[in-house]
Amino acid sequence: KPSFGLYGTRKTFLFSSDSSKPILPCSSTLSEVGAGLQREFGFPVVWFGRCVIQVQFTDSGISRVLGFSSLLLNCLLIVNLVTRVRLEMEGEQLTEQETALYDRQIRVWGADAQRRLSKSHIFVYGMKGTVAEFCKNIVLAGVGSVTLMDDRAVTNEALASNFLIPPEEKVYSGKTLAELCCDSLKEFNPMVHVSVEKAELVTLGQQFFEKFDVVVISSCPPATKILINEKCRKLSKRVAFYTVECRDSCGEIFVDLQNYKYMKEATSAPWGRLQRRTSKLYFAMRVIESFEEANGRNPGVFSVEDVPAVLQLKRKLCEAQSVSESFVPDTLLERLVIGSIEFPPVCAIIGGILGQEVIKAISGKGDPVKNFFYFDVVDGKGVIEDISSRAPEADSASSKSANIITQVVLE
Amino acid sequence: FHSCLLFLSFPFSLPRIRKLVLVHQRFSLEDRLFISLVPCSILQYHSHSFTFPLFAPFLLLPTTTIFHWQIVIDLQLLPRSFRLALYFAYFICRSIPVSALFPMASLQQSPAIKGAKVLMVGAGGIGCELLKTLALSGFEDIHIIDMDTIEVSNLNRQFLFRQKHVGQSKAKVARDAVLRFRPHISITSHHANVKDSSFNVDFFKQFNVVLNGLDNLDARRHVNRLCLAAEVPLVESGTTGFLGQVSVHVKGRTDCYECNPKPSPKTYPVCTITSTPSKFVHCIVWAKELLFAKLFGDKNQDNDLNVRSNDSTGSSEQTEDVFERKADESVEHYGRRIYDHVFGYNIEQALSNEETWKNRNKPRPIYSSDVISAELMQQNGSSNKAGSADDPLSVSAMASLGLKNPQDLWSLTDNSRVFFEALKLFFGKREKEIGSLGFDKDDQLAVEFVTAAANIRAASFGIPLHSLFEAKGIAGNIVHAVATTNAIVAGLIVIEAIKVLQKDFDSYRMSYCLEHVTQKMLIMPVQPFEPNKSCCVCSETPLTLEINTNHSKLRDFVEKIVKAKLSMTSPLIMHGSSLLYEVGDDLDEAMIANYSANLEKVLSSLPSPVTSGTMLTVEDLLQEFTCNINIKHREEFDEENEPDGMVLLGWTQVPTKPKDDDDKPHTGNGVSTSKTSETEPAVAQADAGVVKINVEAIDASGKKRKGPDSKDISLDPPSNVADEATAANHKKVQQIDEDEEDLVVLDQWDIDTNKKQKLR
Repeated sequence: KPSFGLYGTRKTFLFSSDSSKPILPCSSTLSEVGAGLQREFGFPVVWFGRCVIQVQFTDSGISRVLGFSSLLLNCLLIVNLVTRVRLEMEGEQLTEQETALYDRQIRVWGADAQRRLSKSHIFVYGMKGTVAEFCKNIVLAGVGSVTLMDDRAVTNEALASNFLIPPEEKVYSGKTLAELCCDSLKEFNPMVHVSVEKAELVTLGQQFFEKFDVVVISSCPPATKILINEKCRKLSKRVAFYTVECRDSCGEIFVDLQNYKYMKEATSAPWGRLQRRTSKLYFAMRVIESFEEANGRNPGVFSVEDVPAVLQLKRKLCEAQSVSESFVPDTLLERLVIGSIEFPPVCAIIGGILGQEVIKAISGKGDPVKNFFYFDVVDGKGVIEDISSRAPEADSASSKSANIITQVVLE
Repeated sequence: FHSCLLFLSFPFSLPRIRKLVLVHQRFSLEDRLFISLVPCSILQYHSHSFTFPLFAPFLLLPTTTIFHWQIVIDLQLLPRSFRLALYFAYFICRSIPVSALFPMASLQQSPAIKGAKVLMVGAGGIGCELLKTLALSGFEDIHIIDMDTIEVSNLNRQFLFRQKHVGQSKAKVARDAVLRFRPHISITSHHANVKDSSFNVDFFKQFNVVLNGLDNLDARRHVNRLCLAAEVPLVESGTTGFLGQVSVHVKGRTDCYECNPKPSPKTYPVCTITSTPSKFVHCIVWAKELLFAKLFGDKNQDNDLNVRSNDSTGSSEQTEDVFERKADESVEHYGRRIYDHVFGYNIEQALSNEETWKNRNKPRPIYSSDVISAELMQQNGSSNKAGSADDPLSVSAMASLGLKNPQDLWSLTDNSRVFFEALKLFFGKREKEIGSLGFDKDDQLAVEFVTAAANIRAASFGIPLHSLFEAKGIAGNIVHAVATTNAIVAGLIVIEAIKVLQKDFDSYRMSYCLEHVTQKMLIMPVQPFEPNKSCCVCSETPLTLEINTNHSKLRDFVEKIVKAKLSMTSPLIMHGSSLLYEVGDDLDEAMIANYSANLEKVLSSLPSPVTSGTMLTVEDLLQEFTCNINIKHREEFDEENEPDGMVLLGWTQVPTKPKDDDDKPHTGNGVSTSKTSETEPAVAQADAGVVKINVEAIDASGKKRKGPDSKDISLDPPSNVADEATAANHKKVQQIDEDEEDLVVLDQWDIDTNKKQKLR
């Protein structure tokens, strides 16, 4: 019985007599089964022992093995050889309306993936420019529902980077960011259910997240993110967890598909152990987060006057982590502190990548990011960083590192 | 200053370089291991940050001129004293890009952006995202050109449009939608073709930068030429599936869009289509270009539908009548007659030529009475379900037959029923259009008819059948498109546009969106390339045309070369000082008569004869683009590989296809079909609706691209000069097979150069 992370959600359609909803009639010949698989998955696949075997079907049975690989593929036909054929699948077919609307993207990820998308439920917290971009992308892609949460009122910053908010004061006054975004998002795709949930994020119980397949958190303190991440992890169901932040020309995405590092581990890896080529943004973002935590700032509330304090904190952190001060370039930190507002082209890029990742996770197609993504306009690179503690004493080291950060912050 | 790599970029004289080399030699052998001067050829290429091999910590790289060098030093590996000396040097000569010092977000207020006048060509998938991002980024004067109207299949990604806007101008609706959240900026929309004469060089000159979000090669070339003529920087872009590309083209500084070969759309040899199809694509082309055009299109157009069967029977009289519906003939009878003729009689005729089938599987003639009984025929379809006559595009044979899922494979009988039903509906509900119809991927009934006809033909030739969904993709040349890639590409375009406006030349980048992580990257920047010195568009290098001057008419030259290959819209052809041909509104009747007489003459018997060695000048007044063509006479052309009967050399090299290259099954409904090999960022074109016939592209897109393995490319020796590099590039281009064709304009030139850089 394979385990495939989130995107391996097992779905069954049966050819045997105990089938309740057969996709193909039980009398189907093997070549019809093959054609069905070809349609659904692109190629017929048999999962057998630890290998994935690609086979060609003919009327007389499985005729020849085309090749095999030990990779675990997302889509499976589990064959109890010769006697019974069980196929996995769930749900009905797409409606004509859906096929017409999603025509171009079905050609990219297939009808099966589109069906899974339309059954997925997504929770989003923190409606800034990047998240607005992300919401637009998944609403267009045709997810089942999107639930927004953000009780803040409209600010100039929101007006500058969030295109979901109409600029007339008489429209936006008295409404929260989530409500305004909800109104605009509904128009993008009438087939997606968009709603607003009003609550305090930290007080939400574990069972609240049970309803969702994907949770995206933005613009809130790292402690809150870690708390939500842990709540999602405790659920029996697999919930994909993402955080996203954009500052000036830089952006960061964290991905937890519950098959890898917790956010807590990932953000407290000892710096000295990470590869020298690790994106500097990773460290810079940790410095900024520590600064916000130490000074009780809301995320992204900064001014030029904070630069010396941030640089000083950086020096302390570098010392405590026993790495050289140049580990985190000053110019980068200056840029992040001075330009704490979002830069719209970067919102579009980060929102696009995040949308793509969420679609990958739901549909089970493509390789998801593991576990950070960074983009910086200055070098133009969109980089994936795998942040984990490789050494065997990783756990103790990372908790030690977390302690170091806390100590420095407390000082 | 402890960072791994330090880049110093400052002018060095040659004597100083020599001195550096001497200093280097004075180091101990041990030190030399990690301070190595890597000799570089003085080529036209730039250093590139992510391409430096780690084992060469000290590099001297030439940049634009011989005397401008960059030193890259891995500081961590250097001895301390030397490091200090370098810090000193760094203080004196540091050059950091402007953008690294100032936060980007504050740019929204910058005069460079606020005061900029921007032209966006295309308001489709990329266009919608781009317009939104431009408006948010602080641009205040934007012009949009788009000739298209909105369709349902656009709505999944072109988020500025709603269901209620279907049928309206994209440019206008996009403008209104963006003005809703940015009411105080100026957006001007042009619902027109960018090739219209009103968008001339003067029009382009008013803009600071032009941003392309186009879906076809022809328009891209046209805009490229206008931008070159008007000296306006161009930011070009394209997406397909999860792949995307953005590049900057500035005259004199970078390559132009046409510096790199772009494979043109595939054409098929006539006999493959008419008598020996071996792939489903061939059946689609037959159904769309021949059968559909013959039955519903312009009756006066040349059509090869019966060419082969004529050859064997000689009864041209009979075939003349066959496709004509007789005055009192019922649609049912007419349908059966057509069916039996094209799927039965014609196949039998073809079978009678034994020679053809020696090495091929023989096709099976199919007659309507074999697949569909008279009874079934009677109850075929209920027209009231077929959609209203008010909206011709909604009439559907599938609906009237109760076939629901377009992804289902229909049996031969189902296909035949759809064939008859579609024919009946065309005559019943859309009779007025018959005689003037052209295939359109958004015309449901036309897609149904073509799918059914192609499937019946495929069944006859033993080719696997395909669903309507797949057939539509092939016939309509549909490009895979998702919102996310378009959003990312739009963001990258705006970033490049801002750099262009700030004249931040050194940080221009060509960016690729990748589907698979490559070198830890999903978005990969590459340095822009130098202009290609042999580019006939930006360097005015003459082309050579091999042609049979005694057989080919001037018309063939105009259609197949000037229009199809050179993408000219209003050409003027000169031989020395004598005008052979011209297009324009201000011509008098005598001239028009003269030119149309010239069109029908073979080249060697024109008023001023065109023979081997002649140089023709072809000019497009709108594009302000002139091209010289040397004519070279050649007697014979291979019908299979050179169906045009002429070969243009020095232009986009379209490599000849290996015979068995695309037998891989078409995975229309599978996983993403854009499986570009990981080291090779593919470049996409197009969002939706490519106009040209290009079916092969989709057929072949399911397979992995065979790129040259980087191990096979050896480093060019230092003595190598640009010309050699060019030659090597051309050779490589020949090797790479062109899977993606029109869809993916893979810059072969780029990849080669790219590879070299990586190696270094």
